[in-house]
Amino acid sequence: MSWSRRLLAAHTALVYLFLWVPIAVLAVFSFNAGRQTAVWRGATLDWYRRLLANDALLASVRNSLAAAALTTVIATAIGTLAALALRRADVPGKGATLALLFLPMVIPEVVLGAALLTFFGAIGLRLSLVTVVIAHVVFSVSYVALVVRARLSGLDPALEEAARDLGAGPVETFRRVTLPLIFPGIAASALLVFTLSIDDYVVTSFVAGVGATTLPLHVYSMLRVGVTPEVNAVSTLLLAGTIGLIVAAQRLLRGSSSKGDRE
Amino acid sequence: MRDRRDRSGWLLLAPTWLLLGVFFLAPLTLTLVLSFRQRGVYGGLKPVENLGGYVASGAFLSNYSRSLQEIYLGIGWRSLWMALLTTALTLVIGYPVAYVLALRTPRRWKDLLLGLVVVPFWTSFLIRTYAWMFLLRTEGLLNHLLLGAGLRDRPLEILYTELAVMIGLVYGELPFMILPLYASLEKLDRTLLEAAADLGAGRGSVFRRVTIPLTSPGIAAGIVLVFIPSLGQFVVSDLLGGARSMLLGNLIQNQLSVARNHPFGAALAFELMAAVLLLLLAYALYMKRKGEEVLL
Repeated sequence: MSWSRRLLAAHTALVYLFLWVPIAVLAVFSFNAGRQTAVWRGATLDWYRRLLANDALLASVRNSLAAAALTTVIATAIGTLAALALRRADVPGKGATLALLFLPMVIPEVVLGAALLTFFGAIGLRLSLVTVVIAHVVFSVSYVALVVRARLSGLDPALEEAARDLGAGPVETFRRVTLPLIFPGIAASALLVFTLSIDDYVVTSFVAGVGATTLPLHVYSMLRVGVTPEVNAVSTLLLAGTIGLIVAAQRLLRGSSSKGDRE
Repeated sequence: MRDRRDRSGWLLLAPTWLLLGVFFLAPLTLTLVLSFRQRGVYGGLKPVENLGGYVASGAFLSNYSRSLQEIYLGIGWRSLWMALLTTALTLVIGYPVAYVLALRTPRRWKDLLLGLVVVPFWTSFLIRTYAWMFLLRTEGLLNHLLLGAGLRDRPLEILYTELAVMIGLVYGELPFMILPLYASLEKLDRTLLEAAADLGAGRGSVFRRVTIPLTSPGIAAGIVLVFIPSLGQFVVSDLLGGARSMLLGNLIQNQLSVARNHPFGAALAFELMAAVLLLLLAYALYMKRKGEEVLL
């Protein structure tokens, strides 16, 4: 191994440490018995037990789960329909739609949050969990369209043509051929939307009304007060949850594409 | 037949246009309009009595001219500088990692190593920022270790400084740089690198004259993906920065909440958006010239 390769490998190893050590330390110290959070005093599950007794926190978890579930259903449905339309060469307004879907992904979150807050105020829509769901659908629908569209572009049109030739109508072809083939893409994007929604702080902080505090908002208020073992515990749970969702989404996308139906 | 297809295409797109038309384009338009108004005495809007006079007197630009005052301009420059620095650092740190992942990693390790970058890409920015609060505090783990090992006799005061914000930004954005770089390095035709080497190019010049130009779409995508969120950042600066590390994102948020000056906040938001859109336009033109698809 030449010195340049060794240097590259060392650099990469350091970057992986940089990416993962802070998260790992955070998780490990959520099991620390000491209140003085930087000193290890033996293992405990106390902080997790305390979370379960924290009503405000549990309420925020319920809000987050409800908002994420609703967002996922709505955004996945709308985004999938858009992806199906964009697949056709002759659909009107294709370029404009692509640009429209592109914008919410790249606009700074603080701008989106500020604009929605102003808008909800102007039309007299009271801030609540409903406004949170609307905002989350707005910023996540593009991801669905993007992922499902990529999935559709890898689909062999001959399969659908064959179904049609064998006498299946358009609806039946869609239900029995297209949908099963793109389902992994739809499921993966649903998982991603759920993650985006449950993790979002910036946009939510603008549009969540009283009583619609989500988990990230609650965590933010906790950690503005100070670093406590409870924050470590709740962060660890949130991390574990999102890691689970992401791994599942990646599995879905990769597992299905390696079956050879892409090329 | 063709006509029916067209119509069903519209039907499939209608929900998207309805959703984004009402809850995305309309709010942005409203924000733009609002940015030309003035704040009323009690926080609402000052009524415009004579539209002609309002426009002619230049009053409609008062928020924009206010944003050019030294104090706000300073915040703007600092945000720009921090975003540029974040982008440069993530590029320099991330490129070698993407290179190793794409070209030097055996097949069986690739999925795992790539996954270890993808997971932070999607996990909560908030939690990942908190992790640094936990490490960098005066009584935090880093100082505990430094003092314990006798490397320092006084704790390092890093948290609530610009250095902490910088660390948090680089940490948060690094995966957003590595992934697009990886995607373009992965597509790289290796025979071209071999050909260059066979023709007598040294390793450095192969890298400079073949690898970098061929992966420039990935570099451009990474720059866009990192620069934009860094420019509008407010969580990292709010949590890791001190009172003096206010960035544009914090200023906008502040105008909408504490200061209750929506018109000024709207003007600032639009300036931020204009900067972002200009960058995106440049990016789109660049990608078009390269013949690449623009979608990130």
